[in-house]
Amino acid sequence: MPHFHARVQVSLRPSVLDPAGEATRAAAGRLGVEGVTRLRIGKAIEVEIDAPDQATAQQRLELLSERLLANPVIENWTLDLIETA
Amino acid sequence: MTIGIVVFPGSNCDRDVRWALEGCLGVPTRFLWHEERDLQGLEAVVLPGGFSYGDYLRCGAIARFAPVLEEVRRFASEGGPVLGICNGFQVLTELGLLPGALTRNIGLHFICEPTPLEVRPGACRWLAGYQSGEEIALPIAHGEGRYQLQEDQLRQLEDNGQVVLRYKANPNGSMGDVAGLCNPKGNVLGLMPHPERACDQLTGGEDGRRLLASLLG
Repeated sequence: MPHFHARVQVSLRPSVLDPAGEATRAAAGRLGVEGVTRLRIGKAIEVEIDAPDQATAQQRLELLSERLLANPVIENWTLDLIETA
Repeated sequence: MTIGIVVFPGSNCDRDVRWALEGCLGVPTRFLWHEERDLQGLEAVVLPGGFSYGDYLRCGAIARFAPVLEEVRRFASEGGPVLGICNGFQVLTELGLLPGALTRNIGLHFICEPTPLEVRPGACRWLAGYQSGEEIALPIAHGEGRYQLQEDQLRQLEDNGQVVLRYKANPNGSMGDVAGLCNPKGNVLGLMPHPERACDQLTGGEDGRRLLASLLG
């Protein structure tokens, strides 16, 4: 069965405040890194999946992303899918 | 009458809820392990505070798939009283029984302190023992209690009278000062403050007592 590798990026929706990102941005200044105007913290989730074809893998990963990995009330997600074998 | 208390791996207020119900109010309870499905004989179900499944991924995100919650969802849809406290509130939003989400406190700190609240019971049966506009104090203890929802949807909740508990001095950045929400039918209540920690004059006051006692009629 074909094997796929996926990376799901979960980010807070733009309207949702990210206090941890804001604190990190402030720390960037204290490190001496200047010019950081925006910093938002999300998640990158690596998934390995076996599926009969790419369309099926895509469909399963979309369900996973929408219903478990991200909470659509506060988060957006994007999916990158690569067939590896 | 017996009240069910759901126990997830990582729950840590389950025994506090039992102490409040049994020790302070004399109501028998039964612990419901997260893999159980039998809610028979229960008058109400409480989802207690803590860190269910370590709060991995998001607060309440994994708990939502616990077998016991399928039954809790059915119980709630049949009008059974369900109360989610703190992590229990987060689970109820992930489960879709209440709208919105709870996110990281605006100041990033875990806040553990008594907080003044305004009660607007509306149709909420858990709050039937309180006057509309009454001010009470309950302890909060959370790092992720900032309520988040789209503004038009929040206005809708306010218009429906579902925002039943509001912070008087918003500690965490919650939209609309939301501290607790009820469903339209009035049987499902989720709140960040801990009523079970305010049932005895010696330990934090008694303002939470009427909430837990509401089922005694």
